[in-house]
Amino acid sequence: MSLLSVHDLSVARGGLRTLSGVSFTLDAGQALILRGPNGIGKTTLLRTVAGLQGPVAGRIKIADDAVAYAAHADGLKGALSVAENLAFWAQVFGGGDVAGAMAAMDLAALSDRPAAALSAGQKRRLGLARLLVARRPLWVLDEPTVSLDAASVARFGNMLRGHLAQGGAALIATHIDLGLDARVLDLTPFRAKPSTDAPPAGFNEAFA
Amino acid sequence: MIALLRRDLTLAVRAGGGFGLGVAFFLILCALVPFGVGPDTAALQPIAPGILWLGALLACLLSLDRIFALDHEDGSLDLLATSPLPLEGAVAVKALAHWITTGLPLILSAPLFGILLHLPANAIPPLLVSLLLGTPALSMLGAFGAAVTVGLRRGGLLLSLLVLPLYIPTLIFGTEMIRRGQEGGATATPLLFLAGITAGTLAVIPFAAAAALRVNLR
Repeated sequence: MSLLSVHDLSVARGGLRTLSGVSFTLDAGQALILRGPNGIGKTTLLRTVAGLQGPVAGRIKIADDAVAYAAHADGLKGALSVAENLAFWAQVFGGGDVAGAMAAMDLAALSDRPAAALSAGQKRRLGLARLLVARRPLWVLDEPTVSLDAASVARFGNMLRGHLAQGGAALIATHIDLGLDARVLDLTPFRAKPSTDAPPAGFNEAFA
Repeated sequence: MIALLRRDLTLAVRAGGGFGLGVAFFLILCALVPFGVGPDTAALQPIAPGILWLGALLACLLSLDRIFALDHEDGSLDLLATSPLPLEGAVAVKALAHWITTGLPLILSAPLFGILLHLPANAIPPLLVSLLLGTPALSMLGAFGAAVTVGLRRGGLLLSLLVLPLYIPTLIFGTEMIRRGQEGGATATPLLFLAGITAGTLAVIPFAAAAALRVNLR
């Protein structure tokens, strides 16, 4: 049985459809990379799969409590230390291995530092380490490598491969090559056709 | 849920958390009133219950917008919504954390501030009981307002406009209870009304606020 199956899905952002007719399935051990120009609705699609907003049309079949979501905001508290931030999410998601997650993203040396004192790349590494303590099978990742250096991207690639090898799956919106053996889904053909409730053409021309 | 409560309490007492701001505001308000209306007992005593409750209300309002806004800004709210914790539970826990960091210090300091306002000694027990029963409703109603306005720029002002009218019943019965205690009358009726309002908010608000949050997360 597949971990995630999406059938004829349409999603909307701000009341306007961005994507329609998207279908794909994701089995254990697989990763799917979403590509497409800015504004086509990659983030909206990921938020819909994560259950943060409802689909406009179509079906998403997914097990309960299967998704670990990571987006542009890392959900860190500046006043808490690196270890405290991770320990909190580990407790909320049901007890993952905090020390192991810090080792995986090379955060052990920073464990007592307040998250407010981390650099952007270090914050992102902490945000990604949270995926390990969440212990969820399906990772839904929105541009996970933003502000990471080359070594950290490689480290994250290893972490992803380990997750897939353990029977996990990942749905990733990214523009860089993570060195994964993954299918790529180009969303450009699924761009929603302007319907009758679309703004008038003059509006589009003015902002083109 | 315990983890979320512990995190919110830790954040409140660490730098920039705003713990104690409410009590400080309450103190300043109660200290300013005698300067405004004059220090004689005849002028202060009749208005003391109202001033104390108004002070508690406004002090509570100060920290309301932080309940969800900070978590929304840094993305924690999205993550909480996808976590195994039901959003209703998260709302209840965050309202409880708000009450512990704001309501509880107000209750503990209120007898002292009552003295500033020449509140007679026999009115201190009704003051404490009314605050103890009434302030949880303030935190719960505030959590609802915070959930409705989360994600709005300058949502704090709108939050006050939304929440203050909802505080009216608690204010009426809270002050009535102290006034009756002051005059040596029976306090059972306002006490039951206060308890009823609080019980009602405890039952309804987690669901209403979680529904509002789901709409705002879309």
